[in-house]
Amino acid sequence: MKNLWKKSIERYGYPKVYITIFLILLLIIAVIQKQSIPDLLIDSLIRIGMNSILVLAMVPGIVSGTGLNFALSIGILCGILAGCIAIEMRLVGLTAFLVAVLINIPLAVVAGYLYGLLLNRVKGDEMTVGTYMGFSMVSLMSIGWLVLPFKNPDMVWAIGGRGLRVTITLVDKYDKVLDHLIKFKVFDRNLPIGTLIFFGICCLLMWLFLRSKTGAAMIAAGDNQKFAEASGINVNKQRMIGVIISMILGGIGIIVYAQSYGFFQLYQGPLMMPFVAISAILIGGATAKKASIGNVISGVILFQALLTISLPVINKMMPEGNLSEVIRIIVSNGVILYALTKMGGNE
Amino acid sequence: MMSTKIELNDKKEKKYDIKQLIVRNSVPIMFIVICLGGTIASKLGPAYVLNELIARLDRNLLLVLSLIIPVLAGMGLNFALVIGAMAGQIGLITIKIFDIGGLPGILAATLIATPFAIIFGLGTGSILNRTKGQEMITSLILGYFAMGLYQLVFLLLMGTLIPVKDPEIILPGGIGLKNAIDLNLIKYSLDKIWQPAIMGVKIPVVSFIIIAFFCAVIWFITRTKLGQDFRALGQDINIAKVSGIDVDKTRLIAITISTVLAAWGQIMFLQNIGTLQTYSSHEQVGMFAVAAILVGGASVTKATIGEAILGTILFHTLFIVSPNAGKNLLGDSQIGEFFRAFIAYGVIAMSLVLHAFQKTIMSKAKRD
Repeated sequence: MKNLWKKSIERYGYPKVYITIFLILLLIIAVIQKQSIPDLLIDSLIRIGMNSILVLAMVPGIVSGTGLNFALSIGILCGILAGCIAIEMRLVGLTAFLVAVLINIPLAVVAGYLYGLLLNRVKGDEMTVGTYMGFSMVSLMSIGWLVLPFKNPDMVWAIGGRGLRVTITLVDKYDKVLDHLIKFKVFDRNLPIGTLIFFGICCLLMWLFLRSKTGAAMIAAGDNQKFAEASGINVNKQRMIGVIISMILGGIGIIVYAQSYGFFQLYQGPLMMPFVAISAILIGGATAKKASIGNVISGVILFQALLTISLPVINKMMPEGNLSEVIRIIVSNGVILYALTKMGGNE
Repeated sequence: MMSTKIELNDKKEKKYDIKQLIVRNSVPIMFIVICLGGTIASKLGPAYVLNELIARLDRNLLLVLSLIIPVLAGMGLNFALVIGAMAGQIGLITIKIFDIGGLPGILAATLIATPFAIIFGLGTGSILNRTKGQEMITSLILGYFAMGLYQLVFLLLMGTLIPVKDPEIILPGGIGLKNAIDLNLIKYSLDKIWQPAIMGVKIPVVSFIIIAFFCAVIWFITRTKLGQDFRALGQDINIAKVSGIDVDKTRLIAITISTVLAAWGQIMFLQNIGTLQTYSSHEQVGMFAVAAILVGGASVTKATIGEAILGTILFHTLFIVSPNAGKNLLGDSQIGEFFRAFIAYGVIAMSLVLHAFQKTIMSKAKRD
């Protein structure tokens, strides 16, 4: 037994093992509380799909050696901007979603390129710089949302006629276009098959990319900079590619998130979003230097299932206050903290 | 021939010096310009601005000062200041429970907060000792993590494990502290001891004497053997190690001093505000203090008392005037508010970037 414990810690790392145990405990309590287990599982599945691409966006950053992308909010801002432009063009349905994704790509490429230029000059401090670059861009864009010349009355404040609303609803636009793309009902609830398939395709593309020539060069650059340089790889270029892909995926990620959630959240909304994605991939067993598609899939499943299931279970145990939110803060930051201490130990 | 060459060199150096002086002080100079412009655009009277500024200095200076020592010791900006602030709030919540008001209340809160702050400081220090080179991101995340633990304690354990029943501070269900706790019992108890008004500007003399005392203490610490050790660590951690300084222990002391000062700073802050937002008073403490000291011209590796004072004045002037300035210039006070948030985050980001540039240049020079 002790051996098994040791082996599983060695193989999966502390965060994954502890979170799995915690999740199983919550499920047992849920059964005792007579919560509707199918509902909990379907809710989890919806939230897993919702967050999946954002977590996937962490992979190119990590493998290219720029660490955890704390500035993913920059990509998220590009995605929200693209999503709003699609609404401004009065598009609906799948067309709107696809147009938003297409508009996002050039925006994220430009933003990622500029951010990449910066990151290549601050090697070793990417995470600290990234966090505050992300924060400052979110507040700069808050001014942007107020002054950008959007006209569609569905998005602009009713009074004054200027400035975008704090939450922009996607009902009658492209709400749930992916989630409900393929109708498949279980227990009278729609499963988000479309979103999950989209996630699967993205994972597959990422998997193929990492095995392509460019991908291999990127992994080499991230693994050992000096060695990569010696074997003729342009490390800065590889890091740049990693950052740009991460930003593009961040943008697509928020559009996928919004279609499932039903809203875009502007202003301070994207501020802490990178932290959620980072915790998820770390729970999946990634480190600041190594990540795989497997880490993404298991991480997003464990973390989002934990968040979804803990809400009703803990609220039933402790109706006062919002303890489930507290648990989210502790788990999410605790996991990041653990990864940071691990990183220091390796150096 | 020789002499002209030397002269030329001299001239070059002088020019470089002036240029460097402006470059070195570019951040405060820029902010002085922004603040003056903002004050004029806000159309607020000078008496109002001064009064507000004095109150904000009274509230914030000690918190900003608490950042100096970790910077000297090469640990960067201590974003985990919020952990110290929490210790201060623990002290205040305790005196609220025992209903000790006035000056004795402040003293009691300080006494209760100090051991907590020391323990928290040692804890923070030992984690930062395991993440050398990544102190700033670690202290930031540690701050968030501690906020979670703090909420857990005061939402769940108050009224259950910690037997407090007072309906004035406990939620109606009997478990957990209320969101806002009235601190009228100690409000202004330091400020109002002697508060003469000079030309319509009220000055809390005793509070400023306390702040001046802590400035002197920090100045004194930097001149002791301990202060020398801090500076040695800040210059080069490896050389410090070789020269026989106990690196980990010195870093622990630096961060503990910072945490204790932050706890006392938060008590001063809240005695002026008069209401404790149980779950959010401490949230922005680290960020605002860090932004303030950077605006004053400090950097990740260099900070002085003067920079802390100048920075607090400039940063908080910006805070006072930006909503009105935004309204008058752009027709929307919200723009001013977002602008100051952008300034706070932006100045931190820029300073971190500059620090990283310097590091890269230095390591390149070393390699060559």
